[in-house]
Amino acid sequence: MPVVLDADRIGRTLTRISHEIVERNRGVEDLVLIGVRTRGDHLARRLARTLRDISGQDIPTGALDITLYRDDLMRQAVGPRAIVRKTEIPFSIDGRRILLVDDVLYTGRTTRAALDALIDFGRPKNIQLIVLVDRGHRELPIKADYVGKNLPTSLEESVQVYLEESDGRDEVVLQPGGEQGGAA
Amino acid sequence: MTALTALRRKDLLAIADLSPEEISLVLDTAEAMKEVGERPIKKVPALRGKTVVNLFYEPSTRTRTSFEIAEKRLSADTLNIAVASSSVVKGETLADTALNLEAMHPDMIVLRHSSSGACHLLARICKSAIINAGDGTHEHPTQALLDAFTIRERKKKLKGLKVAIIGDLLHSRVLRSNIQLLTKMGSDVWVCGPPTLIPAGISRFGVRATSSIDEAVADADVVMLLRIQLERMEGAYFPSLREYFSVFGMTEARLRQAKPDVIIMHPGPMNRGVEIASEVADGPYSVILDQVANGVAVRMAVLYLLAGGANDEAAA
Repeated sequence: MPVVLDADRIGRTLTRISHEIVERNRGVEDLVLIGVRTRGDHLARRLARTLRDISGQDIPTGALDITLYRDDLMRQAVGPRAIVRKTEIPFSIDGRRILLVDDVLYTGRTTRAALDALIDFGRPKNIQLIVLVDRGHRELPIKADYVGKNLPTSLEESVQVYLEESDGRDEVVLQPGGEQGGAA
Repeated sequence: MTALTALRRKDLLAIADLSPEEISLVLDTAEAMKEVGERPIKKVPALRGKTVVNLFYEPSTRTRTSFEIAEKRLSADTLNIAVASSSVVKGETLADTALNLEAMHPDMIVLRHSSSGACHLLARICKSAIINAGDGTHEHPTQALLDAFTIRERKKKLKGLKVAIIGDLLHSRVLRSNIQLLTKMGSDVWVCGPPTLIPAGISRFGVRATSSIDEAVADADVVMLLRIQLERMEGAYFPSLREYFSVFGMTEARLRQAKPDVIIMHPGPMNRGVEIASEVADGPYSVILDQVANGVAVRMAVLYLLAGGANDEAAA
């Protein structure tokens, strides 16, 4: 199983993305971080820490569960259903610039669900998408604004993101063939 | 990931059928659903395109409203059938009514009926998922789930808690569902009422029965009062309502024997001055309105977990 990103590179990638965020937004004014549960949530909290180191300011950080907005919710013929977890956005998103964080960008359907969910919370000024890995194969017109790593994949492969907070280690792995659940 | 992610059934008929894992799944899912109710837009598209029929053969405000709000928050299309205005008054049987409804392809039917077992009958003849919203004196599973959710919210656990359930034990479906649920989850359940209202053999269900309210309340973590159901009583079970209150009514004085952080629950509707004193119902220990609020979240969880769930299992 080839390791695509190890712990060091994940750390450096998040630092680089943090600097890009500050540069593009000319500071951190009005920014909020919202991670898509569960691994996007961990990444969002890490970005909040690096952004605080860079700018000296705390960025409000929330977590979004998109299960109830999935377009395949009632279509899955087999397999386990996703467990609905709590969405925690304890601040208003009206007029804010949202940094939406996910681990892997694949078909774009998760992002579509996240956008619909966010719009139900208010009217943000804009939404920018951050992903650790973009593996291609989009099925919807969605593009990330900040990408940790572009990873060309075949449909048979799967990308597994492991993070310290949930999996005890930092690693992105490309698995050949067969579907193995996971983040993608 | 061996954690349970779906209910292994088409219908929710009784707590007796559920495993502790399934109960925990409903309660965990309800926590996420509760947050949906706190948003500015209290609606998610999860059950879009699903049709839910609320078929109520008994009067109900709380349960029917609660189900309807839950269905609407999940974007289901809902239909309420109140029996007074339906063809039941023209003599149609429950089975015929259900089959006629089913011909219009609803996805779920929420049924409240005065006969125990009515939901089981419907579940056998209908393809739709049947949710029991109270059948006779048998079970009221969503009430027990919302009670457990409310207890867990306050006490962070169910296991090991002393729960005293006091009142009309004989006619209460809420009691039967709560006994099933709480004993499965490891609570220490005490039931208390006049000897005439204690069903024979109730201790077989793993609870302790007593007619001494002091014994029931002593060191309790949770005190749950049940309504005296005059409409179901044909004989004289106790001399008068006033006497019932003086012997079994929950007063502040009696409550002092419980734990200092005791919570007071009541499934409603309350008879103030019969099973519960007003000072207790409105007092600081009361979580009675929390129960109502949590009812919506728990019913959203049940609807979500049953929608399409059984089909998944059948196809797998």
